[in-house]
Amino acid sequence: MTRPALIAMVLAVAAAAVLPFLLGSYDLNLIARFMALGILALGLVLLWGETGILSLGQGVYFGLGGYALAMHLKLSGLGPGEIPDFMVWSGVKTLPWWWQPFENPAVALIGVVAIPGLVAGLFAWMVFHRRVGGTYFALITQALALAFATLLISQQATTGGFNGLTEFPTLFGIDLNTLGAIRGLYWITLAALVGAALLLALLRASRFGTLLRAVRDGENRMRFLGYDPTPYKVAAFTVAAMLAGLSGALFTLHAGVVSPALVGVVPSIEMVIWVAIGGRHSLVGAIVAALLVNLARDRISSALPELWLYALGALFIVVVTLMPRGLAGIGQDLMARLMRKGAAQ
Amino acid sequence: MTAPLLQVDDLVVSYNGFRAIDGMSLALDAGEIRVLIGPNGAGKSTICDAIIGRAPVTSGRIMFKGEDITRLSEHAIVGRGVCRKFQAPGILPTLTVAENLAIAARRDRRWWRNLRLAVPPGEAERVDAMLERIGLADRRDVVAGELAHGEKQWLEIGMVVCTDAELLLLDEPTAGMGPAETARTADLVRSLAGRHTVMVIDHDMAFVEQLAARVTVMHQGKLLKDGSVAEIRADAEVAAVYLGRTKHDAAA
Repeated sequence: MTRPALIAMVLAVAAAAVLPFLLGSYDLNLIARFMALGILALGLVLLWGETGILSLGQGVYFGLGGYALAMHLKLSGLGPGEIPDFMVWSGVKTLPWWWQPFENPAVALIGVVAIPGLVAGLFAWMVFHRRVGGTYFALITQALALAFATLLISQQATTGGFNGLTEFPTLFGIDLNTLGAIRGLYWITLAALVGAALLLALLRASRFGTLLRAVRDGENRMRFLGYDPTPYKVAAFTVAAMLAGLSGALFTLHAGVVSPALVGVVPSIEMVIWVAIGGRHSLVGAIVAALLVNLARDRISSALPELWLYALGALFIVVVTLMPRGLAGIGQDLMARLMRKGAAQ
Repeated sequence: MTAPLLQVDDLVVSYNGFRAIDGMSLALDAGEIRVLIGPNGAGKSTICDAIIGRAPVTSGRIMFKGEDITRLSEHAIVGRGVCRKFQAPGILPTLTVAENLAIAARRDRRWWRNLRLAVPPGEAERVDAMLERIGLADRRDVVAGELAHGEKQWLEIGMVVCTDAELLLLDEPTAGMGPAETARTADLVRSLAGRHTVMVIDHDMAFVEQLAARVTVMHQGKLLKDGSVAEIRADAEVAAVYLGRTKHDAAA
């Protein structure tokens, strides 16, 4: 990375860190939500940009992380022997066994990344081991997203159904609606985002990162050089899913809700679109695009709700046809031009 | 006499009833360079596919270093010391020349061993030596996809040699090269003899002559002739299958 780019990035992080003192709690909460989505986008850069695996089902892992935390938040607000209100309304008498471990905050916190990681690892191993890839793989991930959302809706009594899980007043005994809590969560999200970006930058620069690109470039060539490409693909898919889980948990905290509408087919495709717009080989591009696209979504859908999907579709087409390297490509070209001008003077 | 390094016995590969390889036998001694020629569709590439585990063997047997490898999986065969260069250059286009070679030169290919940041000992030296040998030392940090066609071919030969496999299968290494590049490739392949056993498939007779190796001619999935370049050149049957003349015409 060039020195000006590094300085620009440090300044951007510093600016993001002082934002809580400049913005009201509503705007701050909104930006924190979008930064959480940026963590998921980073995972897609690793998976799609670096390893060449397109997933149209990241919503599943986002949802697993979100629900893992939401279940704990739901339970922590209850007195002994009580069960969540929506279960009572559905006639459920005792807490289902798979809810019980989430009473423990440590289980929930570990589960946020471990559950999506395990599910993704097993799924990816089964599919990649049989050498299913490319479009077929993308379609299977999409089918999983559909199945997951359908399952959540159909099991209303234990999942909250279409409405999902909502109303979490406290986290570990802290009132979530105070300005202090909102600021704290914002900083935690910013730290998680920066941490994830640094981790991926390191992974990309390592020999493992080179091998991921090698698998993307020539899976068969790798096989005939004596490498088994499966573990590399499984690793990339698992890391992306864990980041999606973390993203889902943080998003749930900021939004105060997790529901099937956030995890199905349409949101999963939107996630891929953010990364396409940002440029799928660029970590910074993915973060910027996740922020910008979601800000635009917020503005456009509050003014003209029907317009958003058309606007997103149009944006996607423009990016794919006119700027295949996305926002990151534009950024790099501008930077290169400035450098040349600087050198000429 | 010691057993051959590679022995193919009465091999048959058929696709939906079409016998691409129809009872072919072949033996390569350790350290030998062998050229495999034959008209289009003779089954030259298919025999490489069969050796490396990529084509389903219908019957027959492939022995490598005294072990039956006929039914092993591709990377098990590669792990035993066989490496192949494909017809279309099989390089990794978005990686640099040096990265391509480093991946091929790595000895420990288990995935968790590659999580470390440090480069394994000896790897950098092997990469540098190969860069010199294939004449790409000044191109080491160039992205492989941007190389000229001939350079890509050399890079892939370099990768195959870097694996230090005992048996190298080179499928048309001079495809798309001019005469000067072809001559350099012949030098490179000749320098492999002894340490490696090499089977070269090529059409270019000038290249085959420069290799000065024993030639095996295939036709319609079978062995047609086996001998020195001069013998093959003088052979009426070989001329017949290449030029489409009948035996009678060739003899006349």
